[in-house]
Amino acid sequence: MNGTTRTTDYLFQVYRTLIAVFLALVLGFVITCFVSEMPLEAFGNFLLGPLTSVRRFGNVIEAAIPLVFTGLAVAIVFQASQFNIGAEGQFFMGAVAAVIVGIVLPLPGVIHVLVCLAAAMAAGALCGWIPGVLKARLGASELVSSLMLNYVYFRLGVYVINYHFRDKEAGALVSWPVRETSWLHQFLQPTRIHWGILVVAAAVVFVYLFLYRTRWGYALRMTGLNINFARYAGISTASVIVYSQVLGGAIAGLGGAVEMLGIHRRFIWMMMPGYGWDGIIVAILARNNPLGVVLGALFLAYMRTGADIMARMTDVSAEMVTVIQGVMILLVTAQAFLAGWRHRIVVREATRRKEVPQSEGAA
Amino acid sequence: MKELLETILSPAFGYAILRVTTPILFAGLGAAVTELAGVINIGMEGIMLTAALAGVIVGALCESAAAGLAAAVAAGVLMALVMAYFSLNLKTDIILAGIALNLMASGGTVFLLYVVAHDKGVSSSLASPVLPQVRIPVIDQIPVLGEILSNHNVMVYVALLSVLVVSYFLYRTPYGLRLRAVGENPDAADSVGISVHQVQYVALIISGILGGFGGAHLSMGYVSWFARDMTAGRGFIGIAAQALGGQTPIGTLLASLFFGMTDALSNFMHFIGIPSEFVQMLPYLATVVALALYARRQVTRRARLARVNRPVEAGTGAAAEGD
Repeated sequence: MNGTTRTTDYLFQVYRTLIAVFLALVLGFVITCFVSEMPLEAFGNFLLGPLTSVRRFGNVIEAAIPLVFTGLAVAIVFQASQFNIGAEGQFFMGAVAAVIVGIVLPLPGVIHVLVCLAAAMAAGALCGWIPGVLKARLGASELVSSLMLNYVYFRLGVYVINYHFRDKEAGALVSWPVRETSWLHQFLQPTRIHWGILVVAAAVVFVYLFLYRTRWGYALRMTGLNINFARYAGISTASVIVYSQVLGGAIAGLGGAVEMLGIHRRFIWMMMPGYGWDGIIVAILARNNPLGVVLGALFLAYMRTGADIMARMTDVSAEMVTVIQGVMILLVTAQAFLAGWRHRIVVREATRRKEVPQSEGAA
Repeated sequence: MKELLETILSPAFGYAILRVTTPILFAGLGAAVTELAGVINIGMEGIMLTAALAGVIVGALCESAAAGLAAAVAAGVLMALVMAYFSLNLKTDIILAGIALNLMASGGTVFLLYVVAHDKGVSSSLASPVLPQVRIPVIDQIPVLGEILSNHNVMVYVALLSVLVVSYFLYRTPYGLRLRAVGENPDAADSVGISVHQVQYVALIISGILGGFGGAHLSMGYVSWFARDMTAGRGFIGIAAQALGGQTPIGTLLASLFFGMTDALSNFMHFIGIPSEFVQMLPYLATVVALALYARRQVTRRARLARVNRPVEAGTGAAAEGD
């Protein structure tokens, strides 16, 4: 009985997400019509461009990889009903840590990669631990603290790279390249898809199993559903808050490392790259489900790649896509959007369920 | 070291602090008002950015700084209304709504800039006007103070004035009291007939106006053009400033000045061998520390209150049962 309600609710959420995405795309098309002299061609490139060549589809996968990591990081913390704006800084510091280990340590092939990834996870976890502890011990808003710490981590990272690992012979402000032993090799010409894809798969499976198959994951989700209930049921909600942030930080840090070792191979960000914010979009689209995160990340990456192709081929600039993304977030998360429809479905089902025992009673 | 001291003690340094403080102060005041009304406005960044672009475009089209300023404020209010509609009517989480707004503003302004000026970086091809500079009559004559305080663009003074206006509004008007009541306890406010919905709308609109001013200062005073992502996190710094300043206008002013000072200072720290990154880090670290200290105080105070109140609560409980 409860099961059917939950299925209905789940289906409703899926439909609502799809409708929100559709409406956002329609809005994007309307905007395109206003600014472009070839709106159909432009929008066609946007929607179908990534499918037109292997290289372009490869771009989608490459772009999705970091989004899966930050999406997972945000989803874990969101599931505990905590806020996470810190994935940005954690991803950044993970990348810094991986690059430092990649430059400094002379290690053999696979081991070097693993040490880099471990260092990045430790850095990310440490970054996540601070807002977690501040919230759990003192009740300080994790939203504000993680937002502020992003700037601290960013400056710290830029300082470390600039003052200690800067490649002065390179034209731009970048670090030395990492040793080749630490590379995650690209294996699928002509794309840049790299072995980091295995790390992504492992992370998704791990987070899924953690959330749905362990007692810690159960405690985390219970805390997210109702923190008071969880506390009365004997769950240490303070430690849940801390370990959700630590785990989220570790995954985000891992993402930074994979992006560095797989694509850039030297530190290149002198601005915050924005993957943490993207992770929030992905987690919202996925409704915080780790398997949904993969779809959400692919979808976001597909839209971005399509937008880039559209900008190259036509007169519409790629930034149009951010408006579509924004509308998507607003509509997907709007509790009252289509709430009337949901209400009708629930009522219809409730009446139908009521009718069954009544007819039995009559007989 | 000597160079550093000379720089810091020069009036030009004081002038620079006021100039860089202004947008932070606008954002901080706006965030403080919404925070006091119980809604957190993460969208200040997007509001200011949109306002900055609107000011440049309309200002250039009408060849009038006043029209530009009006457009900036209108754009700020419009963004705030979108946020209010989604979060209050459609029940979108207000933080996510703010994030969405920032995202749309960041890309949307570049998109619009390209449509209008065929440039994705800066609006230099648009001949946009700047806001007038104000020479303050008497203060202008005082040696050091005059150099620091006079000859700013008009928004700097509007910002300082806003501190007083917002203070008066919050603490000396009935509506300000209602607004704070809504933030303190929306259910209690609702039970005495205050429309929580309306008050939060008003708070967001006020933050839109202040954000509009901030945006106008950036693109029509601080510099005379729009550049992509020119707010550069100032909206977030404003949120930090109001958190550090305990949501009071005066506290927000002091915190904003502190942020402005470290910003101005960071350009000179290499004189004494301190990497500028560390100075730039300072305000954010200070905010985290202040947040932690404040939260700690709340925790101890609540624990003390609980101890003191326990017998009283038991008493009223018994009385209620007796009824």
